[in-house]
Amino acid sequence: MSLSAEEVAWVAHLARLELTADELATLTRQLSSIVDYVAQLQQVDTEGVEPLAHALTVHNVFRDDEPTPSLPVDEALANAPDRRTNAKGEAFYGVPAVLD
Amino acid sequence: MSQDLTERTAAELLPLLARGDVSAEALTDQFLQAIRQRDPKVRAFLHVDEAAAREQARAVDRKRKQGKQLGPLAGVPVAVKDVLCTKGQPTTCGSKMLQNFKPPYDAHVITRLRQADAVLIGKTNLDEFAMGSSTENSAYQTTCNPWDLTRIPGGSSGGSAAAVAASEAPLALGTDTGGSIRQPASLCGVVGLKPSYGRVSRFGLVAFASSLDQVGPFAHDVTDAALLLETIAGHDPRDSTSVDKAVPAYSLTVNDPVRPLTIGVAREYFGDGLDAEVEQAVRAALKVYEGLGATVRAVSLPHSAHAVATYYLVATAEASSNLARYDGVHYGHRSSGHGSLIDMYQRSRGEGFGPEVKRRIMLGTYALSSGYKDAYYLKALQVRRLIRDDFDRAFATCDVVMGPTAPTPAFKIGEKSADPLAMYLSDIYTISCNLAGIAGVSVPCGFTKVGLPIGLQILGAPFEEEKLLRIARMYEKATDWHTRRARV
Repeated sequence: MSLSAEEVAWVAHLARLELTADELATLTRQLSSIVDYVAQLQQVDTEGVEPLAHALTVHNVFRDDEPTPSLPVDEALANAPDRRTNAKGEAFYGVPAVLD
Repeated sequence: MSQDLTERTAAELLPLLARGDVSAEALTDQFLQAIRQRDPKVRAFLHVDEAAAREQARAVDRKRKQGKQLGPLAGVPVAVKDVLCTKGQPTTCGSKMLQNFKPPYDAHVITRLRQADAVLIGKTNLDEFAMGSSTENSAYQTTCNPWDLTRIPGGSSGGSAAAVAASEAPLALGTDTGGSIRQPASLCGVVGLKPSYGRVSRFGLVAFASSLDQVGPFAHDVTDAALLLETIAGHDPRDSTSVDKAVPAYSLTVNDPVRPLTIGVAREYFGDGLDAEVEQAVRAALKVYEGLGATVRAVSLPHSAHAVATYYLVATAEASSNLARYDGVHYGHRSSGHGSLIDMYQRSRGEGFGPEVKRRIMLGTYALSSGYKDAYYLKALQVRRLIRDDFDRAFATCDVVMGPTAPTPAFKIGEKSADPLAMYLSDIYTISCNLAGIAGVSVPCGFTKVGLPIGLQILGAPFEEEKLLRIARMYEKATDWHTRRARV
């Protein structure tokens, strides 16, 4: 099965990945051949087989709801690409305007 | 002591340190010097903070002098794959995305190493976000195989494998999502173990595929691997998938042979694409076990032919979700271009990620997208169940399953980098282990005519690492491959 450049561009949009024209062309070709390869799974009879998402039986883990120290704001923001401070001196993450 | 100790194992170094024949600082200096001499050729390390390493060593020496209780790895240098968070130290994941990232906390396994009084000697190279089989996908450098510098060391934990093989560190930590510890161990002639899923906490391991990732040891031999595994294994409340099950003292039982011993050999692991010299070495290893009284019997893992296809849907689907966190907001690269919030996400990710990471995010996003999820992702999860069932059947009649770790010895740098599928197929024998959640170890079992290492893979049932290590050690005691050292 061959993927079109339009399909690959749509997937890139879903993944929030900006691709150059060259990358789009290369990925269209490569993803088509990988998708062809993984299509072999269609030959396997999986009628009635329960999907295995996790090797261990996963169950909820509960703990007591006790407050514990969390990361100080300074440390949590230390790696922020756009760290800002409001008038009260409180630090926060800066992002491009979401609302006009 | 002026004697070169860099080729020794941790088990050999510990008594020297305990007796005071060598100080932790002097030993650390020897390894730092080895890194300065050999690493410009091998390129195993991304970051070495000499002052910090020496300070840790001096602290161990001080504790020893004061008669304080010391941890089980006191004064032994350990190299760490740069995908494990080290507080305040670079943790790049081999990616431009995290070029300037310094984690605010230590990974659980790093905390364990510090508690054991190990000396963290440096962070090792890897394929970007642990995606690859050669380290060629690192955004910073390609590591060279210490046995032949024109060849890849395997991957993704190629830096850790090469660091041990080049005697730049006696021990190292790697991570294994589809073979990323065992395949480079095999190609570099060292021991590498992937624990059962849930044996080791993933807290502070930068996530690639959360249902497959495990942290594990690299070492010159099985005894050292046992020592490092028992240091890092065990429950951690910060990773709810780490299992609350007692950790056996692997290093105390590793010399006890397993008798009777039944070894399963799957014909699916000896098919097309297996290098003749690799096959010969693995079959010779099976003869060694027979000579030790083991019974070798044929088993079938019929769905292993589909393991690579299954893996590249499951792992990429999980990766596409895990790597959504790199949004240019909280940490990591942010594009300097202007535009909307969405533009900023797209540009930051487009600039920060390399080609293999983009390819896998794209494949995973496609496999999870509307209209394809059932045909690809859910189908892969069903085949994953069948792969696990194959192993359950095999372990009902055998103690372990053995075969080659990798289909070929180390290939040339650049040989497979243009063909992603050919690269994926170099993990053909290691991938099912992660899908099934079982344990696996690669041990050196010979060399090709031109001197490239070959690895024997031993797979064991979940949480049977103790038996796996004892069985691996039986072979090691009967052979001397593990005593050879690469001379760089």
